[in-house]
Amino acid sequence: MTLESELRSKRDRGRKILVPYITGGFPGWIDAIRAAAASGADAIEIGLPFSDPVMDGPVIQEASQRALELGATPVSILDGVRNLDVEIPLVVMCYYNTVFHAGHERFAKQLVAAGVCAAIIPDLPLEESGPWVKAADEAGLETVMLAAPTAPDSRLPLIIERARGFVYAVGLLGVTGERSALAATATAMAARLKPITDKPVLIGVGVSNAEQAVEACRVADGVIQGASVVRRLIEGGADAVGDYVSEVRRALDAAFVPQS
Amino acid sequence: MSLMSDPTTEGRFGEFGGRFVPETLVPACQELEIAFKDAWQDPVFRGELDAVLRDYAGRPSILTECHNLGAKLGIRLILKREDLNHTGSHKINNVLGQALLAKRMGKKRLVAETGAGQHGVATATAAALFGLECKVYMGAVDVERQALNVFRMHLLGAEVEAVHSGSRTLKDAVNEAMRDWVATVETTHYCLGSVMGPHPYPWMVRQFHRVIGDEAREQFQALVGDAPDVVVACVGGGSNAIGIFSGFVDLKSRLVGVEPAGGAAVKRGVPGVVHGMKSYLMQDEYGQVQEAHSISAGLDYPGIGPEHSYLASIGRVEYPNVTDDEVIAAFQELARTEGIIPALECAHALAWIIRESGSMQGQTVLMNLSGRGDKDVGQMMEILK
Repeated sequence: MTLESELRSKRDRGRKILVPYITGGFPGWIDAIRAAAASGADAIEIGLPFSDPVMDGPVIQEASQRALELGATPVSILDGVRNLDVEIPLVVMCYYNTVFHAGHERFAKQLVAAGVCAAIIPDLPLEESGPWVKAADEAGLETVMLAAPTAPDSRLPLIIERARGFVYAVGLLGVTGERSALAATATAMAARLKPITDKPVLIGVGVSNAEQAVEACRVADGVIQGASVVRRLIEGGADAVGDYVSEVRRALDAAFVPQS
Repeated sequence: MSLMSDPTTEGRFGEFGGRFVPETLVPACQELEIAFKDAWQDPVFRGELDAVLRDYAGRPSILTECHNLGAKLGIRLILKREDLNHTGSHKINNVLGQALLAKRMGKKRLVAETGAGQHGVATATAAALFGLECKVYMGAVDVERQALNVFRMHLLGAEVEAVHSGSRTLKDAVNEAMRDWVATVETTHYCLGSVMGPHPYPWMVRQFHRVIGDEAREQFQALVGDAPDVVVACVGGGSNAIGIFSGFVDLKSRLVGVEPAGGAAVKRGVPGVVHGMKSYLMQDEYGQVQEAHSISAGLDYPGIGPEHSYLASIGRVEYPNVTDDEVIAAFQELARTEGIIPALECAHALAWIIRESGSMQGQTVLMNLSGRGDKDVGQMMEILK
């Protein structure tokens, strides 16, 4: 099973894809992943906390810093991931220095050994991604690439070609965090990608509640939800995460009825 | 490639440099690279920049020979007086260049990070001069210890935001400025304050500071009749050092970049990637960036500009470090012997010169006095109480 084949088959059955993000190492993170998986998530994005998370807003920064203060390391988190008994694909999100410091081949193998099927590295853009993607491909690990609203049309096919698993459509100009409304750039970004790729297109960054997830999925194949999930983890623990994922799942399934 | 010429098209100096930024910022970096190349080759832009450096910043800055301290140390000690520039440091060279470039690119707003506040003050100054909006991010720790510069920025019409994340110093101010830029990239230019960050910044900022080295080379030749034996500058990100080194890198001069002991990226770091660049970086066994600790807010940075990493890796420049105590002593020594109060940053360079003077007897030593110490007087008053 690859992430891409899994997401494609769900999409092709008419199901909208829901990927919650959980900060690894934050108290209750393992239970939160189990709760999300049991509540209708299609894959989980697990963040490896980094000291300098430039793509993250206050909520995920806080969770990352807390996890680091509690002694979380990439190794301790991957140990936890290895023992996870969930049936859906697991994706790791980490900043590039974590990868570079460990070494490309070694890190890719560590992820695969932990049962992770894909990686998202938000500060590794197309031009710098070559050596990592080669190592990841060889290890059988998929690398999700991000497409941002600032990209000219000519750049998108190059990103799509390099992308494995799915194409991550960045929803707005800005960092992760909840917003009162879905930015117009979110659906616009997905609308630019959908006609030129058959790979699943998921919108992330600034998709903040069930209603916005539905709105995003009118164009995209699915959504990634970060800050809204992590805030619930911080405030209410794993149960709150499960409740929230259920709520978004129900809203998606009501708006887009999957084929049985 | 001759030393300190242009980087590769990927923005590399050897293995260092590059452009490790979120996808959102890649087009902005590309646009900036093209705009800078175009401007740097345009005589009209260069004429405007030269004029504003001369008529506003007060360039050229002079050389001052320290006869008293030189005699005491047994060397000929000559200072490049960047402290006499408008706003009190070398930072104005880069900021005037970037602000002119931002205007040329049609940007309406500048964001900047600052450590000691010198780059923030310089950016706020250029924004006032050129009618641009300005927001400066500064670590909460630095807001506290550099209150005077915070007030100066306010007077100049800039907004200053204290950064409370991470170590609450320069590193975190850079993170926050980058987060702002990710959200505002269409209208905003990130006026980065050192020879760091993603390509083209390390190269562009160096070009804007070359003027220090180009002037000093001619002035030193006229004064001494030869190239200096040793050229010394302090290094945080490394902009004043790269500026003065650029005038001497092709000569026989020994080049020394002095880091704080608590932020010695070259001595204690290994190659890593943060803030858009690959460079020497202090980090733990898992690649978490470590906090620097220095008496000087401007050098309180765990990394170093990528070209410095390259110059270190090929052995052209040495990067020793000095302790806070040595810096405090050097700060007072220059004040008492020469009547010049240096910024705590460049007191690092002087501290190294004082410590190593025994092995440089009779040599000519050129030091970049990159800023004046007015901003540090309050902090030193507390320390020396």
